Amino acid sequence: MSSASIEPANAHGSTKSYVIGLILSLVLTVIPFAAVMMGAFSTPVTIWVIVITAVLQVLVQLVLFMHLNTKADEGWNMMSFVFTVTILVLVVGGSLWIMHHLHLNMMIG
Amino acid sequence: MATDSLHHDAHADEHEHHHDAAGTKVFGFWVYLMSDLVIFGSLFATYAVLLRGTAGGPTGADIFELPLILFGTFALLISSFTFGMGVLAMNANRVGQLKMWLGVTFVLGLMFLGMEVYEFHHLIHEGYGPDRSGFLSAFFTLVGTHGLHVTFGMIWILVMLIQLSTKGINEQTRPRILCLSLFWHFLDIVWICVFSFVYLMGVL
Repeated sequence: MSSASIEPANAHGSTKSYVIGLILSLVLTVIPFAAVMMGAFSTPVTIWVIVITAVLQVLVQLVLFMHLNTKADEGWNMMSFVFTVTILVLVVGGSLWIMHHLHLNMMIG
Repeated sequence: MATDSLHHDAHADEHEHHHDAAGTKVFGFWVYLMSDLVIFGSLFATYAVLLRGTAGGPTGADIFELPLILFGTFALLISSFTFGMGVLAMNANRVGQLKMWLGVTFVLGLMFLGMEVYEFHHLIHEGYGPDRSGFLSAFFTLVGTHGLHVTFGMIWILVMLIQLSTKGINEQTRPRILCLSLFWHFLDIVWICVFSFVYLMGVL
Protein backbone atom coordinates (compact mmCIF):
# COMPACT_ATOMS: atom_id res chain seq x y z
CA MET A 1 0.00 0.00 0.00
CA SER A 2 2.68 2.47 1.02
CA SER A 3 4.81 1.68 -2.01
CA ALA A 4 1.81 2.22 -4.31
CA SER A 5 1.11 5.65 -2.87
CA ILE A 6 4.73 6.77 -2.94
CA GLU A 7 5.53 5.47 -6.40
CA PRO A 8 3.55 7.84 -8.67
CA ALA A 9 5.45 10.88 -7.38
CA ASN A 10 8.77 9.14 -7.97
CA ALA A 11 7.76 7.37 -11.14
CA HIS A 12 6.43 10.35 -13.06
CA GLY A 13 8.80 13.11 -11.98
CA SER A 14 8.09 16.71 -11.11
CA THR A 15 7.89 20.00 -12.99
CA LYS A 16 11.43 20.71 -11.81
CA SER A 17 12.86 17.48 -13.24
CA TYR A 18 11.11 18.06 -16.59
CA VAL A 19 12.39 21.66 -16.81
CA ILE A 20 15.93 20.48 -15.98
CA GLY A 21 15.56 17.76 -18.62
CA LEU A 22 14.41 20.29 -21.23
CA ILE A 23 17.28 22.72 -20.51
CA LEU A 24 19.87 19.92 -20.53
CA SER A 25 18.56 18.45 -23.80
CA LEU A 26 18.52 21.86 -25.54
CA VAL A 27 22.08 22.62 -24.36
CA LEU A 28 23.26 19.14 -25.39
CA THR A 29 21.73 19.74 -28.85
CA VAL A 30 23.19 23.20 -29.39
CA ILE A 31 26.75 22.09 -28.46
CA PRO A 32 27.22 19.44 -31.23
CA PHE A 33 25.35 21.53 -33.85
CA ALA A 34 27.54 24.56 -33.04
CA ALA A 35 30.69 22.42 -33.13
CA VAL A 36 29.82 21.12 -36.61
CA MET A 37 28.36 24.30 -38.12
CA MET A 38 31.19 26.57 -36.91
CA GLY A 39 33.91 23.99 -37.58
CA ALA A 40 35.86 25.26 -34.58
CA PHE A 41 37.45 21.88 -33.75
CA SER A 42 39.40 19.32 -35.77
CA THR A 43 37.34 16.43 -37.18
CA PRO A 44 38.32 13.80 -34.53
CA VAL A 45 37.53 16.23 -31.69
CA THR A 46 34.17 17.11 -33.30
CA ILE A 47 33.28 13.40 -33.60
CA TRP A 48 33.98 12.94 -29.88
CA VAL A 49 31.86 16.00 -29.06
CA ILE A 50 28.96 14.53 -31.08
CA VAL A 51 29.26 11.05 -29.52
CA ILE A 52 29.57 12.27 -25.92
CA THR A 53 26.70 14.79 -26.14
CA ALA A 54 24.49 12.15 -27.86
CA VAL A 55 25.11 9.59 -25.11
CA LEU A 56 24.50 12.20 -22.38
CA GLN A 57 21.30 13.34 -24.06
CA VAL A 58 19.95 9.78 -24.38
CA LEU A 59 20.66 9.36 -20.65
CA VAL A 60 18.82 12.64 -19.89
CA GLN A 61 15.76 11.37 -21.83
CA LEU A 62 15.86 7.93 -20.17
CA VAL A 63 16.31 9.15 -16.60
CA LEU A 64 14.47 12.51 -16.47
CA PHE A 65 11.68 11.91 -19.03
CA MET A 66 11.14 8.14 -19.11
CA HIS A 67 12.11 7.66 -15.42
CA LEU A 68 14.14 4.54 -16.07
CA ASN A 69 15.56 3.26 -12.78
CA THR A 70 16.46 0.00 -11.08
CA LYS A 71 13.56 0.13 -8.57
CA ALA A 72 10.38 0.25 -10.69
CA ASP A 73 8.93 -3.21 -11.51
CA GLU A 74 11.76 -4.82 -9.54
CA GLY A 75 14.26 -3.63 -12.12
CA TRP A 76 12.68 -5.45 -15.08
CA ASN A 77 12.52 -2.24 -17.13
CA MET A 78 16.24 -1.76 -16.61
CA MET A 79 17.01 -5.45 -17.21
CA SER A 80 15.17 -5.55 -20.55
CA PHE A 81 16.85 -2.28 -21.56
CA VAL A 82 20.33 -3.58 -20.75
CA PHE A 83 19.54 -6.80 -22.68
CA THR A 84 18.37 -4.77 -25.71
CA VAL A 85 21.46 -2.57 -25.63
CA THR A 86 23.60 -5.74 -25.59
CA ILE A 87 21.77 -6.99 -28.70
CA LEU A 88 22.21 -3.58 -30.35
CA VAL A 89 25.95 -3.56 -29.68
CA LEU A 90 26.21 -7.03 -31.26
CA VAL A 91 24.07 -6.16 -34.30
CA VAL A 92 25.49 -2.70 -35.05
CA GLY A 93 29.09 -3.36 -33.97
CA GLY A 94 29.16 -6.81 -35.58
CA SER A 95 27.77 -5.53 -38.90
CA LEU A 96 30.32 -2.73 -39.06
CA TRP A 97 33.17 -5.04 -38.09
CA ILE A 98 32.33 -7.70 -40.67
CA MET A 99 31.59 -5.27 -43.49
CA HIS A 100 34.73 -3.25 -42.77
CA HIS A 101 36.89 -6.37 -43.15
CA LEU A 102 34.95 -7.49 -46.22
CA HIS A 103 35.58 -4.08 -47.73
CA LEU A 104 39.31 -4.29 -46.95
CA ASN A 105 39.57 -7.81 -48.39
CA MET A 106 37.73 -6.86 -51.55
CA MET A 107 40.04 -3.88 -52.06
CA ILE A 108 43.13 -6.08 -51.67
CA GLY A 109 41.70 -8.95 -53.72
CA MET B 1 -10.85 -5.82 14.85
CA ALA B 2 -10.56 -8.97 12.82
CA THR B 3 -13.07 -7.69 10.28
CA ASP B 4 -11.32 -4.36 10.28
CA SER B 5 -7.99 -5.80 9.24
CA LEU B 6 -9.68 -8.16 6.80
CA HIS B 7 -11.46 -5.27 5.17
CA HIS B 8 -8.22 -3.34 5.04
CA ASP B 9 -6.40 -6.28 3.44
CA ALA B 10 -9.12 -6.78 0.84
CA HIS B 11 -8.99 -3.10 -0.02
CA ALA B 12 -5.20 -3.16 -0.21
CA ASP B 13 -5.36 -6.23 -2.47
CA GLU B 14 -7.78 -4.54 -4.79
CA HIS B 15 -5.58 -1.49 -4.95
CA GLU B 16 -2.49 -3.59 -5.65
CA HIS B 17 -4.39 -5.49 -8.32
CA HIS B 18 -5.37 -2.29 -10.13
CA HIS B 19 -1.90 -0.93 -9.84
CA ASP B 20 -0.42 -4.21 -11.11
CA ALA B 21 -2.73 -4.39 -14.15
CA ALA B 22 -1.75 -0.85 -15.21
CA GLY B 23 1.89 -1.52 -14.37
CA THR B 24 1.89 -4.72 -16.44
CA LYS B 25 0.37 -2.87 -19.40
CA VAL B 26 3.04 -0.19 -19.29
CA PHE B 27 5.79 -2.80 -18.84
CA GLY B 28 4.44 -4.79 -21.80
CA PHE B 29 4.56 -1.63 -23.88
CA TRP B 30 8.12 -1.05 -22.69
CA VAL B 31 9.08 -4.51 -24.01
CA TYR B 32 7.51 -3.57 -27.37
CA LEU B 33 9.63 -0.38 -27.38
CA MET B 34 12.74 -2.49 -26.80
CA SER B 35 11.88 -4.62 -29.86
CA ASP B 36 11.32 -1.40 -31.82
CA LEU B 37 14.77 -0.29 -30.68
CA VAL B 38 16.24 -3.43 -32.27
CA ILE B 39 14.49 -2.53 -35.56
CA PHE B 40 16.00 0.96 -35.47
CA GLY B 41 19.37 -0.56 -34.52
CA SER B 42 19.32 -2.77 -37.63
CA LEU B 43 18.40 0.24 -39.79
CA PHE B 44 21.29 2.22 -38.27
CA ALA B 45 23.64 -0.71 -39.00
CA THR B 46 22.34 -0.86 -42.61
CA TYR B 47 22.86 2.88 -42.99
CA ALA B 48 26.41 2.68 -41.60
CA VAL B 49 27.30 -0.18 -43.97
CA LEU B 50 25.83 1.59 -47.05
CA LEU B 51 27.17 5.04 -46.09
CA ARG B 52 29.91 5.00 -48.74
CA GLY B 53 27.72 3.40 -51.41
CA THR B 54 26.85 6.68 -53.11
CA ALA B 55 27.14 5.28 -56.69
CA GLY B 56 28.55 8.58 -57.95
CA GLY B 57 25.61 10.43 -56.41
CA PRO B 58 25.65 12.98 -53.56
CA THR B 59 27.12 12.30 -50.11
CA GLY B 60 25.57 13.43 -46.86
CA ALA B 61 27.70 16.58 -46.85
CA ASP B 62 26.18 17.59 -50.22
CA ILE B 63 22.51 17.27 -49.30
CA PHE B 64 22.02 17.77 -45.53
CA GLU B 65 20.80 21.21 -44.42
CA LEU B 66 21.68 21.55 -40.74
CA PRO B 67 19.61 24.71 -39.90
CA LEU B 68 16.48 22.86 -41.07
CA ILE B 69 17.41 19.79 -39.01
CA LEU B 70 18.10 21.97 -35.95
CA PHE B 71 14.61 23.47 -36.26
CA GLY B 72 12.97 20.02 -36.38
CA THR B 73 15.14 18.79 -33.51
CA PHE B 74 14.07 21.68 -31.28
CA ALA B 75 10.40 21.01 -32.11
CA LEU B 76 10.74 17.33 -31.16
CA LEU B 77 12.79 17.96 -27.99
CA ILE B 78 10.34 20.57 -26.72
CA SER B 79 7.42 18.24 -27.55
CA SER B 80 8.97 15.61 -25.26
CA PHE B 81 8.91 18.20 -22.46
CA THR B 82 5.32 19.29 -23.16
CA PHE B 83 4.19 15.64 -23.05
CA GLY B 84 5.92 15.31 -19.67
CA MET B 85 3.96 18.32 -18.43
CA GLY B 86 0.81 16.58 -19.71
CA VAL B 87 1.59 13.50 -17.60
CA LEU B 88 2.04 15.75 -14.56
CA ALA B 89 -1.36 17.33 -15.29
CA MET B 90 -2.86 13.82 -15.53
CA ASN B 91 -1.35 12.88 -12.14
CA ALA B 92 -3.04 15.99 -10.70
CA ASN B 93 -6.32 14.87 -12.37
CA ARG B 94 -6.56 18.04 -14.49
CA VAL B 95 -8.07 16.76 -17.70
CA GLY B 96 -8.28 20.22 -19.35
CA GLN B 97 -4.59 20.89 -18.78
CA LEU B 98 -3.68 17.40 -20.00
CA LYS B 99 -5.60 17.98 -23.24
CA MET B 100 -3.95 21.39 -23.68
CA TRP B 101 -0.44 19.87 -23.31
CA LEU B 102 -1.35 17.02 -25.69
CA GLY B 103 -2.51 19.64 -28.20
CA VAL B 104 0.79 21.55 -27.90
CA THR B 105 2.69 18.26 -28.33
CA PHE B 106 0.64 17.50 -31.45
CA VAL B 107 1.44 20.91 -33.00
CA LEU B 108 5.17 20.49 -32.27
CA GLY B 109 5.06 17.00 -33.79
CA LEU B 110 3.38 18.50 -36.85
CA MET B 111 6.20 21.06 -37.16
CA PHE B 112 8.76 18.24 -37.02
CA LEU B 113 6.90 16.22 -39.65
CA GLY B 114 6.57 19.33 -41.83
CA MET B 115 10.35 19.73 -41.70
CA GLU B 116 10.85 16.10 -42.70
CA VAL B 117 8.29 16.11 -45.52
CA TYR B 118 9.82 19.34 -46.87
CA GLU B 119 13.32 17.77 -46.77
CA PHE B 120 12.21 14.52 -48.46
CA HIS B 121 10.22 16.38 -51.10
CA HIS B 122 13.15 18.69 -51.78
CA LEU B 123 15.60 15.76 -52.13
CA ILE B 124 13.33 13.72 -54.42
CA HIS B 125 12.65 16.84 -56.50
CA GLU B 126 16.41 17.30 -56.97
CA GLY B 127 16.66 13.71 -58.21
CA TYR B 128 18.16 12.41 -54.97
CA GLY B 129 15.35 9.98 -54.11
CA PRO B 130 15.77 6.58 -52.44
CA ASP B 131 16.38 4.98 -55.87
CA ARG B 132 19.51 7.09 -56.52
CA SER B 133 22.05 5.10 -54.46
CA GLY B 134 22.45 2.57 -51.64
CA PHE B 135 23.31 5.44 -49.31
CA LEU B 136 20.08 7.29 -50.12
CA SER B 137 17.99 4.09 -49.87
CA ALA B 138 19.33 3.48 -46.36
CA PHE B 139 18.89 7.16 -45.44
CA PHE B 140 15.25 7.30 -46.57
CA THR B 141 14.46 3.98 -44.85
CA LEU B 142 15.97 5.00 -41.52
CA VAL B 143 14.64 8.58 -41.36
CA GLY B 144 11.34 7.58 -43.00
CA THR B 145 10.71 4.79 -40.46
CA HIS B 146 11.20 7.32 -37.66
CA GLY B 147 8.86 9.78 -39.40
CA LEU B 148 6.25 7.03 -39.77
CA HIS B 149 6.49 6.34 -36.03
CA VAL B 150 5.97 10.05 -35.30
CA THR B 151 2.93 10.03 -37.62
CA PHE B 152 1.39 7.09 -35.74
CA GLY B 153 2.24 8.78 -32.43
CA MET B 154 0.28 11.83 -33.58
CA ILE B 155 -2.71 9.70 -34.63
CA TRP B 156 -2.54 8.14 -31.16
CA ILE B 157 -2.52 11.64 -29.58
CA LEU B 158 -5.71 12.50 -31.52
CA VAL B 159 -7.35 9.24 -30.38
CA MET B 160 -6.44 10.03 -26.77
CA LEU B 161 -7.83 13.58 -27.08
CA ILE B 162 -11.16 12.07 -28.19
CA GLN B 163 -11.10 9.43 -25.43
CA LEU B 164 -10.26 12.06 -22.80
CA SER B 165 -13.27 14.09 -23.97
CA THR B 166 -15.65 11.13 -23.73
CA LYS B 167 -14.18 9.08 -20.85
CA GLY B 168 -12.01 11.56 -18.93
CA ILE B 169 -9.05 10.38 -16.86
CA ASN B 170 -9.81 6.89 -15.52
CA GLU B 171 -8.31 3.43 -15.05
CA GLN B 172 -8.52 2.81 -18.80
CA THR B 173 -7.16 6.04 -20.21
CA ARG B 174 -4.41 6.55 -17.62
CA PRO B 175 -2.17 3.61 -18.73
CA ARG B 176 -2.77 4.54 -22.38
CA ILE B 177 -1.45 8.06 -21.78
CA LEU B 178 1.54 6.59 -19.92
CA CYS B 179 2.30 4.20 -22.81
CA LEU B 180 1.95 7.04 -25.32
CA SER B 181 4.32 9.20 -23.25
CA LEU B 182 6.91 6.39 -23.29
CA PHE B 183 6.42 6.05 -27.07
CA TRP B 184 6.90 9.79 -27.59
CA HIS B 185 10.06 10.01 -25.43
CA PHE B 186 11.37 6.89 -27.19
CA LEU B 187 10.99 8.59 -30.60
CA ASP B 188 12.96 11.50 -29.18
CA ILE B 189 15.80 9.14 -28.23
CA VAL B 190 15.84 7.61 -31.72
CA TRP B 191 15.91 11.11 -33.23
CA ILE B 192 18.89 12.08 -31.01
CA CYS B 193 20.78 9.16 -32.59
CA VAL B 194 19.57 10.16 -36.08
CA PHE B 195 20.67 13.79 -35.93
CA SER B 196 23.95 12.89 -34.20
CA PHE B 197 25.08 9.94 -36.32
CA VAL B 198 23.34 10.60 -39.65
CA TYR B 199 23.19 14.39 -40.06
CA LEU B 200 26.04 15.79 -37.94
CA MET B 201 28.52 12.99 -38.76
CA GLY B 202 27.36 13.06 -42.37
CA VAL B 203 28.21 16.73 -42.80
CA LEU B 204 31.72 16.33 -41.36
